Amino acid sequence: MLNIRREICGYCGACVSVCPEGALELIDAYLTVDSETCISCGICTKACPLGALEVTDEV
Amino acid sequence: MKSEYDVLVIGGGPGGAVAAWTAAKKGLSTCLIEKRPAIGAPVRCAEGVGKKLLTEFLDPDPRWISADIKRARIIAPDGTEIQLKEDQAGAEVGYVLDRKIFDRELVWKASEAGADVYVKTRAVKPILEDSIVKGAVVESCGTQQEVRAAVTIAADGVESKFARWCGIDSTVPVDELMSCIQYLVTDIDVDPVCNDFYLGNEVAPQGYLWVFAKGERCANIGIGIPAAKRGPGNRAKDYLDHFMAEHYPDGKIIECIFGGDPVCKPLDCTVTDGLMIVGDAARVVDPITGGGIGNAMVTGRLAAEVAAEAIAKGDTSKAALMPYDEGWRNSKMGQGLERNYKVKEFFIKLSDEKMNDLADSIAHIDFAEFSVRALVMELIKRNPKMLFELRELKDALKH
Repeated sequence: MLNIRREICGYCGACVSVCPEGALELIDAYLTVDSETCISCGICTKACPLGALEVTDEV
Repeated sequence: MKSEYDVLVIGGGPGGAVAAWTAAKKGLSTCLIEKRPAIGAPVRCAEGVGKKLLTEFLDPDPRWISADIKRARIIAPDGTEIQLKEDQAGAEVGYVLDRKIFDRELVWKASEAGADVYVKTRAVKPILEDSIVKGAVVESCGTQQEVRAAVTIAADGVESKFARWCGIDSTVPVDELMSCIQYLVTDIDVDPVCNDFYLGNEVAPQGYLWVFAKGERCANIGIGIPAAKRGPGNRAKDYLDHFMAEHYPDGKIIECIFGGDPVCKPLDCTVTDGLMIVGDAARVVDPITGGGIGNAMVTGRLAAEVAAEAIAKGDTSKAALMPYDEGWRNSKMGQGLERNYKVKEFFIKLSDEKMNDLADSIAHIDFAEFSVRALVMELIKRNPKMLFELRELKDALKH
């Protein structure tokens, strides 16, 4: 699953633009992931300039 | 908030603000919504903009111009410098803006012209009837309501979702999203009228690092590199911190800015029934510079103009809105985007050695014109031996 490390996130939305499933959304300054839609592909983790996103094995 | 408007604009950046301003000036009832609690903040931009394009919209105002840029330097991997100067005849380089003030000014113009403006208000989903966009459900401080509109203009930026909700795939390919970070640095020695661009695989692989003066002893120092190969230890922040330690170890960072910059091709189509998409959301960013302010304003204005005509005729179908898509695509701006995309494809493949050679070949020329085209023309002229390799560039310039 996708883990958002909120203490690192700069709420810029770079990740939202590359998500092939449209699972991410930046609501004001709060990044959300729809766990039903997210396929844990990890593309968003590359886009983050800060490294706030990580795909973990936890379900 | 009223429940019905002629035009609903989603997003209060330069694209959305100019769309709302233009629509209101044309006498359309217009509503602009911005999801953030403030217009212009947080900034997600290096703030550089061309003078000519900007002054088409607004008279320059010192309140939102941080620096009037007279010179630019491109610094090759080995330190070779290409200098670009404003010529005596009055060719112009550009401004570095204060986007917090600039964006407010544009929204103020829209508001003065009669547009309703709502902040901390976001589109939750489109109102779709038979696949026709009829406005949006918007949420403001926890309360949802329907806002119906004859035309909806999506100006929701790089993280745009609205077009996707309406069936248009706006995903940016990960190798064409520039992962960016920028510091506003003070108390440093900088040329207050110069913008620097650093190239090379050590400093900014397949992208560039910029030092844009923001006045005396102050600059936006940032970097954008393709997202595709990023991971722990080689993110945009790692590169920028490395550069800062080397060049400005004593600079004080008073603002951190992050963001993604789409340098992909524009969306295949920027309209559908009842909807137009403008600015970064339409992916009309210059693929070479990553600049998007001017193109957002141009597309915002055109979208509103076409919307006004369509509304007057009582037809806001995709076909009726197509003059917007065709209009910007066939304009100088659209052709420039297409050309610069090809030029970018050429440059990102260059090794540091090749970049050094090319830079060296034009290092002693004083450029009067600060443009991708002028640079490329000179490169082709000065490198007859490389003409075969440069042929892609030559072809690109034909358009």
